[in-house]
Amino acid sequence: MQRIVWKILRTGILTEPVYNLDKLPEVARIHHEILHILGRALCIRQVDAGSCNGCELEIHALNNPYYNLEGYGIKFVASPRHADLLMVTGPVSHNMEVALKRTYEATPDPKLVLAVGDCGCDGGIFGESYASCGRVANVIPVDFAVPGCPPPPIDILRGVLGLARRMK
Amino acid sequence: MKRERLRREAWVTHARALAARGGRLVALWGTERAEGRVLCAAYATPEGLQWAELPLAGEATFPDLAPVFHFAGRMQRALGDLLGLTVENAADRRPWLNHGAWPAAYQPLARAASGREAFADCGVIDYPFVRVEGDGVHEIPVGPVHAGIIEPGHFRFSIVGEKVLRLEARLGYVHKGIEKRFTQLAPLEAHRLAGRISGDSTVAHAWAYCMALEDAAGVELPPRAAWLRGLMLERERVANHLGDLGALANDAGLAFGLTQFSRLREDWQRASREIFGHRFMMDGVVPGGAAADVAPPMLERMRADGERLAKEVKSLRAILDGHAGLQDRFLSAGRLRPELAARLGVTGLAARASGHAIDLRCDQAWAPYESLEVRMATQRNGDVAARVSVRFDETLESLRLIGEICDKPPRGEHRVELQVPAGEAYGAGWVEGWRGEVFCALELEGGAIRRCHAHDPSWQNWPALEHAVMDNIVPDFPLINKSFNLSYSGHDL
Repeated sequence: MQRIVWKILRTGILTEPVYNLDKLPEVARIHHEILHILGRALCIRQVDAGSCNGCELEIHALNNPYYNLEGYGIKFVASPRHADLLMVTGPVSHNMEVALKRTYEATPDPKLVLAVGDCGCDGGIFGESYASCGRVANVIPVDFAVPGCPPPPIDILRGVLGLARRMK
Repeated sequence: MKRERLRREAWVTHARALAARGGRLVALWGTERAEGRVLCAAYATPEGLQWAELPLAGEATFPDLAPVFHFAGRMQRALGDLLGLTVENAADRRPWLNHGAWPAAYQPLARAASGREAFADCGVIDYPFVRVEGDGVHEIPVGPVHAGIIEPGHFRFSIVGEKVLRLEARLGYVHKGIEKRFTQLAPLEAHRLAGRISGDSTVAHAWAYCMALEDAAGVELPPRAAWLRGLMLERERVANHLGDLGALANDAGLAFGLTQFSRLREDWQRASREIFGHRFMMDGVVPGGAAADVAPPMLERMRADGERLAKEVKSLRAILDGHAGLQDRFLSAGRLRPELAARLGVTGLAARASGHAIDLRCDQAWAPYESLEVRMATQRNGDVAARVSVRFDETLESLRLIGEICDKPPRGEHRVELQVPAGEAYGAGWVEGWRGEVFCALELEGGAIRRCHAHDPSWQNWPALEHAVMDNIVPDFPLINKSFNLSYSGHDL
């Protein structure tokens, strides 16, 4: 226990802070703007509809101490029924088409959809084929898209902000 | 790599003979050539890689390898979905990758198919899971959309009380036609697709593809290029092990572990971006070498970073090892005994945690590992604790290797030009990724890709997960699953 406390103290707070605007200004600014717009928590349901799992790794990184998404009331939830926002990755595989549509239908209104990654934006390197429906917008309505292969966490955070601004 | 043609009656006896002298099946796939369809298998033998072929000459069935190598079963079912080839007298005729997205008569990997065909809704095919019956037995269906940020797949648990009697997985949800897509790309471009087979193993898959292409083109890799690739592969191993160690601690209730390891992983990925231009080093491995060279100050930095990280990892290991609550969850959970692991043909990290000393970096002669003397990490317990322990050992070993590579990198070119052969050519690539052995078989014809089969070790290890979870309680499944951390995308292609 002692060692855990010691390690926590030595690690300190890594979340890129507000007062350090020159060095890494964006993370904190984005957090504050999102909170300012929403004034409440934002619940995200992530759906991998065919990704290579690269985007998932970067979405996971949003929860590390540097981006500290959950610390700001933006959290990933276990069911679409609890979600305000669907974060969808991948070219949508035909085998995931029905599951994605059902997830969308299960999300309460008003629901937002953020497509993450080049594949989600335009099908990426996989494109459309006998097995792939291509971009997410070919299957469910998309409100905002974040390009990148995979987009780094900061870009995904910007995407969430872009969506929040639309909610204003 | 040795390519060998076999007659139909020799297909199974050949496999049996190989198994008897310690050979392993690595991958099984099918291809269509001018002569007709050919079934192919790659074996790991004590002498190296062997590529066996069975020309089918118009026949649509082939002899069953599953009695010899258990995990061949699902690959053989996938052959039915992709090329219309099925096992003689098959007991299990359920499709594996096709969930009703294309008609049964359509064969995506046939030469006649463009791969761009679009089919009206063929309906979701009902998939009969094996039922377990008895007093108090019930089923829990999970997925394909899971509760966490993970890839899609379906798990069917048959349980009594909290105890898992049987788990059956259904995969294929992220099948997006990668193998057909390869044939539409130029050989010098397709490494980008290989790097997107499984994002967490982008370096390993891209390397396996490039190795296959270089093999087919008869190109010798410059020593410096091999060392740079080694650097990237070890960095990829470290990044994934750090991520898994954090997630495993978290799944057992120690959020502190996730915070610490995810912080270290983020530092590591930021450094990868500065040094190799990408947080995952995607497209860092290119045909003929590495995309960019690394300057001496960066080598020095990598060495210093590695030493610092090794200290952090050791201090966290002491904390995790001394945490009674955590060890209580890790020890004896998801046990895969050595005998069973051998029978299932398990490979990579999971095999090493179940007492099998298999690591291509030690077993096979390939640059740069032949001159690095990799120390293999093994455990005999086969439980979650063993897979955690192997991850710790391998992280530290990779950091040591990174230090060695940075200390004495060979001089010379980091990339050579590669001429794609104009005629028919074959090549194979075989790389020890962080999860296990990644394999790639490539056939070229007229300067284009005729067939590229990419094989992720998840094929070998998914069936093992079903066995490891038996007799455990349902709430331990996420922990056991994470301890294997298999790829859905790499398997579904």
